[in-house]
Amino acid sequence: MEKLVNQFELGLFFWQMLIFIGLILLLRKFAWKPILESVNNREEGIRNALSSAEKAREEMVALQAKNEATLQEARMERDAMLKEAREIKEKMIADAKADASAEGAKMIEQAKAAINNEKNAAMAEIKAQVSSLSLEIAEKLLKEELSNKESQMKLVDKMLADAKLN
Amino acid sequence: MVLSRKSLTIIASLFISALSFAGIAQHEEHAASSPTQEAHAEAAHSDSHDTHAEPTDVRGKIKAHINHHVLDSHDFTLFSDEETGMHFGFPLPVILVDEGFHVFSSSKFHHGKEVAESNGKYYAINHHDGKIYRTDAQGTITNDAKGHPTNVHPLDLSITKSVLTILFTALLMFWIFTSLAKSYAKNNGIATGIGRFFEPLVVFIRDEIAIPNIGQKYHRKYMGYLLTIFFFILFLNLFGLTPLGINVTGNIAITFALAILTFLITTFTAKKDYWMHMFWMPGVPKPMRIILAPIELLGAFIKPFSLMIRLYANIFAGHIVLMSIIGLIFIFKSWIGSSLSFGLAFVLSILEILVAFLQAYIFTMLSALYFGSAVEEHHHDEAHH
Repeated sequence: MEKLVNQFELGLFFWQMLIFIGLILLLRKFAWKPILESVNNREEGIRNALSSAEKAREEMVALQAKNEATLQEARMERDAMLKEAREIKEKMIADAKADASAEGAKMIEQAKAAINNEKNAAMAEIKAQVSSLSLEIAEKLLKEELSNKESQMKLVDKMLADAKLN
Repeated sequence: MVLSRKSLTIIASLFISALSFAGIAQHEEHAASSPTQEAHAEAAHSDSHDTHAEPTDVRGKIKAHINHHVLDSHDFTLFSDEETGMHFGFPLPVILVDEGFHVFSSSKFHHGKEVAESNGKYYAINHHDGKIYRTDAQGTITNDAKGHPTNVHPLDLSITKSVLTILFTALLMFWIFTSLAKSYAKNNGIATGIGRFFEPLVVFIRDEIAIPNIGQKYHRKYMGYLLTIFFFILFLNLFGLTPLGINVTGNIAITFALAILTFLITTFTAKKDYWMHMFWMPGVPKPMRIILAPIELLGAFIKPFSLMIRLYANIFAGHIVLMSIIGLIFIFKSWIGSSLSFGLAFVLSILEILVAFLQAYIFTMLSALYFGSAVEEHHHDEAHH
């Protein structure tokens, strides 16, 4: 301890204090203040950049989610439309089928009616012809009978054969 | 560059430790080669200052050299040649306040061998402590029983080796950090050049020393002091490891100045809570408070005192140990012993670089801790202790 006190030199202490305090004051003004400010500014800048990047990322995620939702909606809409179209198609086909069968039935009915009519008409005509033929035969027969008995018989036979063929 | 960082570090350390030997090697080589001649030279000198005889054996010379090295000096000697008595270096101005100013060059002392005369007064350098005393024309220095000179010791404001180094360090720091500050403006907020190396240290002191110990709120006003003291101690510690033979931070006057600044800043920026905790500790029984007050008060002085002694002792001891081991090379003078000493000195030099950083860090860190206690705000309640 005594050696330490002995080693102490007031002049060196004086210079050290003078130079060191001067150095502190000068560096504070010309170095530490601008350095720390610049470092702080830069850190602030980095922090801002990071937070804005984070924000952009979040926005991006939100946008993506929104896009996804829109896409999903569109897909659902499309599905619904497709379904509807399919239903319409099936309904149309069913309708058409029903219509067609109804029409067919109607046509068959008409055809049947027409056939009946034709048949009736033909029957009526046949009846008319048969009656006229019968009258003709009867007339001719009557005429023959009046001329020749034998030939009359022959004629009747022939006519009957004809009538059978008819 | 092809060199890796590791190999660069090794080369740099080799260079530094090799240089450290240069000074003492020069000194010792001649001592060993011509002991008889030296004895004659010593005999010739001894009549001018009979109170002090220089040792002539290698061990004594090494011891004297180390003792001389750790003290401040009035001239800047890089190395000296004992055979011819030549000293390579330059003299420094001596400024004495002894009934008026005495300003003269230290070359007047002829490296402590002669008495300097200034304005009718005679001064001589005492070999034991390296200080200047007022003497008579013959340079008589009378010692008391304890070996301390009884001569008048004038106020010595000389620009000594340490003062010159401090001045150089201050200018270097001013240049480095103002150029760093300017480089931000030039390069869009990013440091350039040497500032790239120092900027992380500045940020480290702010983020790892100031803010954790002082707190976000008050750290800014202490930053100037903490940064200055960190780099100041670091630079001086590192200069102490160069072969220039400087020992500034291992000088008690320097560490005293640094510690007293920490003490003064702590005391004068302390808030109410600091004094409250010192003199009337809350949360303890009243009789205990009376006992605690003097202990706390003593603690306030012991803290900067420990700062002063820690830095001084670490650097001082580092220099002594390193120089002693380098000195061993010249005592052994054998192939194995000297190589071993060299290896040991090399390893120690690297360790001393670590110590240089560590001591600067510890001083700054503890200063920040004391400032932190000065501005700390407690939320008092009875449960507080």
